Amino acid sequence: MKYIDEFRDGGLARSLGAAIAREARAERRYSFMEFCGGHTHAIARYGVTDLLPANVRMIHGPGCPVCVLPVGRVDMAIEIARRPGVILATYGDTMRVPASGRLSLLKAKAQGADVRMVYSTADAVRLAEENPGREVVMFAIGFETTTPPTALAIKMAEAKGLGNFLVFCNHVLTPSAISHILESPEVRELGTVPIDGFVGPAHVSTVIGSRPYEFFAEEYQKPVVIAGFEPLDVMQAILMLVRQVNDGRAEVENEFTRAVTREGNAKAQALVAEVFELRREFEWRGLGAVPYSALRLKEKYAAFDAERRYGLADRQVADHKACECGAILRGVKQPADCKLFGTACTPENPLGSCMVSSEGACAAHYTYGRFRDVSRKAAAAAT
Amino acid sequence: MCLALPVKIVELTDGDQAVVDLGGVRKEISLALVEGVALGDYVILHVGYALTRLDPAEAERTLATFAESGLAEPASA
Amino acid sequence: MKRGFTRALDFRHGQVEMTHGSGGRAMAQLIEELFVAAFDNEALRRMDDQAQVDVPPGRLVVATDSHVVSPLFFPGGDIGCLSVHGTVNDVAMAGARPLYLAASFILEEGLPLADLRRIVESMAQASRDAGVPVVTGDTKVVERGNGDGVFITTTGVGVVPAGVSFSGNRARPGDAVLVNGTMGDHGVAIMSLRENLSFGTTIESDTAALHGLVAAMLEAVPDIHCLRDPTRGGLATTLNELARQSGVGIVIGEEKVPVRGEVNSACEFLGLDPLYVANEGKLVAICAPGDAARLLEAMRSHPLGGDAAVIGEVIEDEHAFVQMDTAFGGRRVVDWLTGDQLPRIC
Repeated sequence: MKYIDEFRDGGLARSLGAAIAREARAERRYSFMEFCGGHTHAIARYGVTDLLPANVRMIHGPGCPVCVLPVGRVDMAIEIARRPGVILATYGDTMRVPASGRLSLLKAKAQGADVRMVYSTADAVRLAEENPGREVVMFAIGFETTTPPTALAIKMAEAKGLGNFLVFCNHVLTPSAISHILESPEVRELGTVPIDGFVGPAHVSTVIGSRPYEFFAEEYQKPVVIAGFEPLDVMQAILMLVRQVNDGRAEVENEFTRAVTREGNAKAQALVAEVFELRREFEWRGLGAVPYSALRLKEKYAAFDAERRYGLADRQVADHKACECGAILRGVKQPADCKLFGTACTPENPLGSCMVSSEGACAAHYTYGRFRDVSRKAAAAAT
Repeated sequence: MCLALPVKIVELTDGDQAVVDLGGVRKEISLALVEGVALGDYVILHVGYALTRLDPAEAERTLATFAESGLAEPASA
Repeated sequence: MKRGFTRALDFRHGQVEMTHGSGGRAMAQLIEELFVAAFDNEALRRMDDQAQVDVPPGRLVVATDSHVVSPLFFPGGDIGCLSVHGTVNDVAMAGARPLYLAASFILEEGLPLADLRRIVESMAQASRDAGVPVVTGDTKVVERGNGDGVFITTTGVGVVPAGVSFSGNRARPGDAVLVNGTMGDHGVAIMSLRENLSFGTTIESDTAALHGLVAAMLEAVPDIHCLRDPTRGGLATTLNELARQSGVGIVIGEEKVPVRGEVNSACEFLGLDPLYVANEGKLVAICAPGDAARLLEAMRSHPLGGDAAVIGEVIEDEHAFVQMDTAFGGRRVVDWLTGDQLPRIC
């Protein structure tokens, strides 16, 4: 596969790993946060950590829109799905997220709710066209990458005069989340979580461009390197971050130049601006309420808004008391530090946001990194 | 997040649609979010929509950077 | 002898109705004009409620499987031939020679008879090709809305000759791990048709009866340690099962596992891992290291083993992890599947 395979070359990986080891100064530690769940997945799946020197560590950020979706919002989706005559269209990622009362969309489907998995919002619009007597609600999740497709679907439905197409909007914003992390006491004041820089999201950036990150670099004096999705992209970005730290620079650099420009996709941005507006605040699972971090439909498009149509009220559902997701998402703790990890909380039975999707820090660690813990313990015990 | 792939446009159909190819697998997708893409171009595909055109020259440049980085000596010892 | 059916079954426009399952004339007609006609063997023609058959000496092996695949028809096969292959393979994985099949059908009211005939004829063809007759069966009909068109349960019996003993717990450190061909074909062929996820590809299901291949393998290497077919959950699940049963670890090489280019691409599209995608004409074999070359040769010489490969080895590991050396250069765990793999956007 062109533009994929070349960016997974093992030989180049080794030499990049050697370069990082050479340039990382032995006397200091480097901690970089990869914000994006896709990067977490790539790092875990390709074992990038194995190729990094010991003094360069990656902190897994909250860039997984499924992970940070609060239980209360999934409950609302299930409630919508159970309404008579409703077809709930959803991406596959949310089907198994456990909600209140041991339910999930998959379980609700088994109990008779009409939940249909779609690959694209266009499929949901088609469902509305083909089922004029039913209400089709698109369970819209995702960061800025996935928002333009939802905006487009609404415009399409409007153009076709579809009165039975609705959106349950849960789109969230990347820069707000990064701010929130940087503003957290551990990072800002206590300095207990030294985040030396960020690996910026790949595909979010194709839409929003590299410009929005300039604020962070400036305000918080942290370097940001936007990286493509393949493992070589991530390694190159880490090398660029090491160099910035060594040079005392705090700039926005773009490793993913083949798809990201400073301005981003103006057409997509305009479409989103036309259909959506900011919510004053929105709960992120594990992070609490984050100001100006999520979107809702503008008044002009109220007819397509499921929350307005059904008069749904937000509800707060607390996580397990011992769940450390909040700390893990902010980089303060590691999955293995959580008492519930691997015992009560597993991918089959996820208790918190970090385990819910395969991109969450805990799920990735469980699937790929767990054996390293085990073999490390065994090695330690043997000595 | 955001599983997205570089795919090649092999057919332009009407209404902003196109057929793309990834290693022999074809799919119909929407080009409504991009402008000025042509047959043979590569685009980044996410949930059935092209998000942007992939710049082949930049891709080559990035690959070359990987190779160079691997060989370069540190700027300041 | 002339039967008392006033009209032949209408295969063009007819549908399955509740009467077809009620035990009366309609059901008798369905059985006679469709099932018996298609499967056409002596035991079945006797129209008893059971079949009496001869069994050669050896240990009896029994296996049963229910088939609930949707869609019913897919590139490379359908639920009919799948139900034959699946159970024949389960019997064959014990090293047994499959002898007979029993087939029971649960039909949904409203299923077009044309579809049913197509399925039954496909089953009959698969049964003939495999040399394993369907000697007895059953039919029930459920009300519309209670089934995916048709569910088929097949039970198979076979005999395993003395001295052959495969078991999931016989893998030993140092053993070689082999597969007979490309992984993930069936699952991708199915997904290519599922609602909302369509794409044009040339991938066909690999559904096939493997007992001929197994016989050839046994001839070359009588002392194969383990044999299993990686169906639901894919290769990764089967390897994890074997590792756990035997109390050993397994390490495979990503570049050694044969996967078709298009299957890889389709999995990229959907965010799936081919290691976890279902197969219906593949097997995993574990044998002593000294036997690996001979076994591979025997597999490659058989039409169903042209792409056979040694993909890894068994190691000592009390945690029974399955690990993979990635093409990228690291090593990672290939864990058990968590529920069904669903396509993801994230």
